[in-house]
Amino acid sequence: MQPAPPPAPTPPAARPRWSARSRRDFIVFLALALPNLVLIGTFTYLPLLNNIYYSTLNWTLGSASATVVGLENYVRFFTSADAPKVLGTTAIFTVTTVGGSMVLGLLVAVALNSRVRGTTFARAAVFAPYVLSGVGVGLVWLFIFDPGYGVLSWLLRGLGQQSPQWINNPELSLVMVIIVYVWKNLGYCAVVFLAGLQSLPKDVMEAAALDGAGSFRRFRSISVPLLSPTTFFLLITTMLSSLQAFDLIRIMTPLGSGTSTLIYEAYLQAFGAYNRAGYSAAISVVLFAILLVITVLQLRFVERKVHYS
Amino acid sequence: MSAPTAPAVPRADSLDDDGPAPRVRPFSRTNLVQTLLAGYVPLVVAVLVVFLPLLWMVLSSFKQPGEIVTLDLQVLPKSLDPENYRIATTTVPFGQFFLNSTVVTVVGSGIKVLLAILTAYALVFVRFPGKKLIFVLILVALMVPAQVSILPNYILIAGMGGKNTLWGIILPGLGTAFGTFLLRQHFLTLPASIMEAAEIDGAGHWRRLWQVAAPVSLPSIATVALVTVVSEWNEYIWPLIITDKPESMTLPVGLTLLQNSEGNGAGWGIMMAGAVLVILPILVVFAMLQRYIVAGLTQGSVTG
Repeated sequence: MQPAPPPAPTPPAARPRWSARSRRDFIVFLALALPNLVLIGTFTYLPLLNNIYYSTLNWTLGSASATVVGLENYVRFFTSADAPKVLGTTAIFTVTTVGGSMVLGLLVAVALNSRVRGTTFARAAVFAPYVLSGVGVGLVWLFIFDPGYGVLSWLLRGLGQQSPQWINNPELSLVMVIIVYVWKNLGYCAVVFLAGLQSLPKDVMEAAALDGAGSFRRFRSISVPLLSPTTFFLLITTMLSSLQAFDLIRIMTPLGSGTSTLIYEAYLQAFGAYNRAGYSAAISVVLFAILLVITVLQLRFVERKVHYS
Repeated sequence: MSAPTAPAVPRADSLDDDGPAPRVRPFSRTNLVQTLLAGYVPLVVAVLVVFLPLLWMVLSSFKQPGEIVTLDLQVLPKSLDPENYRIATTTVPFGQFFLNSTVVTVVGSGIKVLLAILTAYALVFVRFPGKKLIFVLILVALMVPAQVSILPNYILIAGMGGKNTLWGIILPGLGTAFGTFLLRQHFLTLPASIMEAAEIDGAGHWRRLWQVAAPVSLPSIATVALVTVVSEWNEYIWPLIITDKPESMTLPVGLTLLQNSEGNGAGWGIMMAGAVLVILPILVVFAMLQRYIVAGLTQGSVTG
């Protein structure tokens, strides 16, 4: 054992000795961290580079030969009818699901913030869909939306309406998936918003109440502005997950068409009927570029406000 | 905002009230009604919106085709005969799916949690040049979506002979940025004194990790473990791509097979039975340990 070091608050105090001990620490660090770091490098970072490389190939998945075509896949995507359709679908899906789950999530959070019994249970209950299998949830809702035998068609019949063709109509299938996605994710927004609401300064609220501000006025003029860090955090995280939504879309609309977002189109191109690996990789790179922009925004925000607060 | 606070406030703006200002008593009728309307009704609605579809799934899983293919809605099944469960588990190799999912979840999360503990410990307590940079790389990896890596990973794993194997399903997901990040943040909060005390006692890193840092961090480790278990069990896109033979499929992927084999309305009961079987294990775990899961998913949640 070395002589006991003085009780320094942080290790760097012992720095001057690049000694046996430092060398041992070096080895210990690698032994502990290297497996994880290698895995992250191989299956997270390397694929990003490979994706860019594959996107320059004319390559059928499974075929042994590929030809380098430069940016042709990108040109093809952006000049074909695919681009406006896929980008439009992605935009609609992202904006509506993010907006829907945040607005409804905030309303649920306000309800959960009331001082009545049972809010702990209700909080867990509304969060539950967020952790459930997208496949299971998709099947359940597919049954509910079934135009022939679903509960929804029965309710609509009761109102004298015909059930729309949720599954066969491309626009309606997108609406259907959006509704289910919001159902599954609003609990997450609600719980995060609830944490934000509970951290609001109580004295400000009470002062406003004494000044005669009604509960809606207090909500609009105090809660909403003070919640803006939470709102921004949620905006980014829900946007990232909406852009990557796959399970529900795949289960509820196995053939795509109306619901072909970037991620789903990339999947269908490579693993659907065509096996167009290069083209799919190009779409993935486009998706990644979009995610990167959002992530950079988030990183700057997260560094400052969320993790280290 | 909340009902009980609103009426408790003296009405400063009620100057135009002629009568005596109504003193608010906690059990007065108006207060009770307000509490119910503003407090309970939204909560009950929110909970029902979540539970009714799940309840419908469970009820329908016991219905015979004749009770589903009908114009009059049958709310309750005629009997609790588990016929649909029998069909769901015999038309597809369900036992195999369940076993595969269990192996993937247990082995995958076990290794991930272990790697997360080791890496987080190294990042916090072991001296190493460039630790900051490594942490940033992990933080960035946390935000790289797995979805955009599926094609390159498919080519890599298929090239290694990992198609239709359990290790092929498990391997690409093993590197863990999420767990590492969460545990690092927790280790940073441990008082330096306890680690120093152990060091003075002559404990090496290995013993300091397992006898000091890990035991006092059990709640955080449990959080990471639970979140990992949930996401491994639900994982869909990767197992879907890397398997095409039923022997190696996980439960969510295998259920898709059930969907393909039952096209008409009569199959809904069977599919609901399948949905119950994939949803129930996680729902039970969640019901028991929701505090950890909610905390883990909302605290450090940067991915989903």
